[in-house]
Amino acid sequence: MNDSLEKKLKSHFGDLITSFVTQHGELTCEVAPENWQQVCQTLRDDAQFSFEQLIDLCGIDYLTFGESEWQTEGSTSTGFSRAINKNGPGRFSWEDRETELMDKRFAVVVHLLSIKHNMRLRLKCFTPDTGVLAVPSLIDVWSVADWFEREAFDLFGIIFVGHPDLRRILTDYGFVGHPFRKDFPLIGNVEVRYDEEKGRVVYEPVSIEPRVTIPKTVRKDARYAENQEQLEEDS
Amino acid sequence: MSDIKNYTINFGPQHPAAHGVLRLILEMDGEVIVHADPHVGLLHRGTEKLAESKPFNHSIGYMDRLDYVSMMCNEHGYVKSIEKLLNIEAPIRAQYIRTMFDEVTRILNHLMWIGTHGLDLGAMTLFLYAFREREYLMDCYEAVSGARMHAAYYRPGGVYRDLPDYMPKHAESKWTKGKALKQVNSWREGSLLDFLEHFTDYFPEKIAEYNTLLTDNRIWKQRTVNIGIVSPERALQLGFTGPMLRGSGIEWDLRKKQTYAAYDKLDFDIPVGVNGDSYDRYLVRMEEMVQSNKIIKQCVKWLKDNPGPVMLDDYKVAPPNREAMKNDMESMIHHFKLFTEGYTVPKGEAYAAVEAPKGEFGVYLVADDSNKPFRMKIRAPGFAHISAMNEMVKGSMLADVVSVIGTMDIVFGEIDR
Repeated sequence: MNDSLEKKLKSHFGDLITSFVTQHGELTCEVAPENWQQVCQTLRDDAQFSFEQLIDLCGIDYLTFGESEWQTEGSTSTGFSRAINKNGPGRFSWEDRETELMDKRFAVVVHLLSIKHNMRLRLKCFTPDTGVLAVPSLIDVWSVADWFEREAFDLFGIIFVGHPDLRRILTDYGFVGHPFRKDFPLIGNVEVRYDEEKGRVVYEPVSIEPRVTIPKTVRKDARYAENQEQLEEDS
Repeated sequence: MSDIKNYTINFGPQHPAAHGVLRLILEMDGEVIVHADPHVGLLHRGTEKLAESKPFNHSIGYMDRLDYVSMMCNEHGYVKSIEKLLNIEAPIRAQYIRTMFDEVTRILNHLMWIGTHGLDLGAMTLFLYAFREREYLMDCYEAVSGARMHAAYYRPGGVYRDLPDYMPKHAESKWTKGKALKQVNSWREGSLLDFLEHFTDYFPEKIAEYNTLLTDNRIWKQRTVNIGIVSPERALQLGFTGPMLRGSGIEWDLRKKQTYAAYDKLDFDIPVGVNGDSYDRYLVRMEEMVQSNKIIKQCVKWLKDNPGPVMLDDYKVAPPNREAMKNDMESMIHHFKLFTEGYTVPKGEAYAAVEAPKGEFGVYLVADDSNKPFRMKIRAPGFAHISAMNEMVKGSMLADVVSVIGTMDIVFGEIDR
């Protein structure tokens, strides 16, 4: 199923799709922002694809991808190191964020479904590394993209060009920052309480300490080694 | 003559018909809605971000709290996605148990829906009836997992434990004793499967009772027929799934089309609507309960005949049993590693979806060789449905908003995540 879809996509789109990865029976294609709208439009309208439904759209922040909070590789005579890296995901605060943008940090991922052909496809679009994190909006292709794009904007700060009403959706009125970015601390930046004297709710910096009970540990599991090699060949 | 202007009203977030914490800003021209702007997020807890900070298994409990009236279906979506990443598959008995509990959950959800939807539109009786039947199914949840709602029963590689051999019985009280006590405990003499068998025999006549109350009821039809019509083309565009899509006449059900668990071995039908209005979606959901009942019956039969393991025999993902742990060094190490660090998941991404009672519930996981998900995205069916609110209520009366909210079957746990 995926093989034939991949062939069709390759012959139809040529260079417009920059990479194909098949993993766990799912095909993932990468598209550049400038071709994003065009590719999606064709995927919806062309009879050999007819992806009528946009099932999901979300953002991803690749900062700290594959980094562990606990070094497990080097050991000393007293055992493994117990030092927990303070830059682990969700641990460093908004002020200490890395000012330099890493390459290919933010991506928009969409999941498409074709009811006609009973197949699924995942498309990925990395935002530009410099300048505004802008990706064209898919609202004209699938109406449901409206709220999904608002969500991705709210949580990651990705701008969808052409979206008519790009407001925050899940966070509070007047929220500052984009909470699902990896450099946004899990505990948040502000807390609220009701102030008796002022007679209103006040915002204050968070007073709780971030705490990680189980550190993130990276292990290259030998059982999956075969898959890994195959993956690296594919990409 | 004075100027007549449109005015804006605020519906919710504290409103009995808002099904939780929905705030709707309605622009009205007299009684007619010009524009509806739903404000969601009042129940946003950042489940996806929380999951990124925890080992994979710790987030199973969060899944129950997403759509808190179809708990096990959410767990199913999550464990299915982990299983996909780990390349493992649950034993066949676990697959049947999952199928059975998914359907128990579907009935639970639809009973909740028909109860509250009815209550919103003035059919008070039904609410009491639906909750009477829900109680039996809640007891099944409790018997199998210890919790009436937030079960955390599904695990990657199977289910936490096998079905219990007995059902807890009602104790004697001042009001229930002697013959009455015997009667309330009459279903509970055997195992959980016996109890469910009794339920499946009893439930069809209850559905008939609901139908008597509503299906030809004049008031019910006035409130639902031709309300919130969605054409099949628009339903696809708006990302509808589940009964919302089927109500518009599109025959699409993941249980049949992209089958999972044991659904391919069972016999059931997919009801489809014709007009795409609230009434059709009501009929679709009512028929789904009948079909779920049929599936449960088949699962009970299979499970009675086929004992076997319910968890994968792989200590890298599933804990060893207590006895092995206490006598065998290796099992103890596995146990220790699993409960302190968890298992690591190979680099990659996977999307797994199940047909939850409300529609397609999917979990997209990105793993990076570590013991925590790098990114988790929950695709909640209700989020897409409620985003179509404006389109569905524009041009109709204020009272129809309540009918549309009801027909969408929205629960804020999953929309706000």
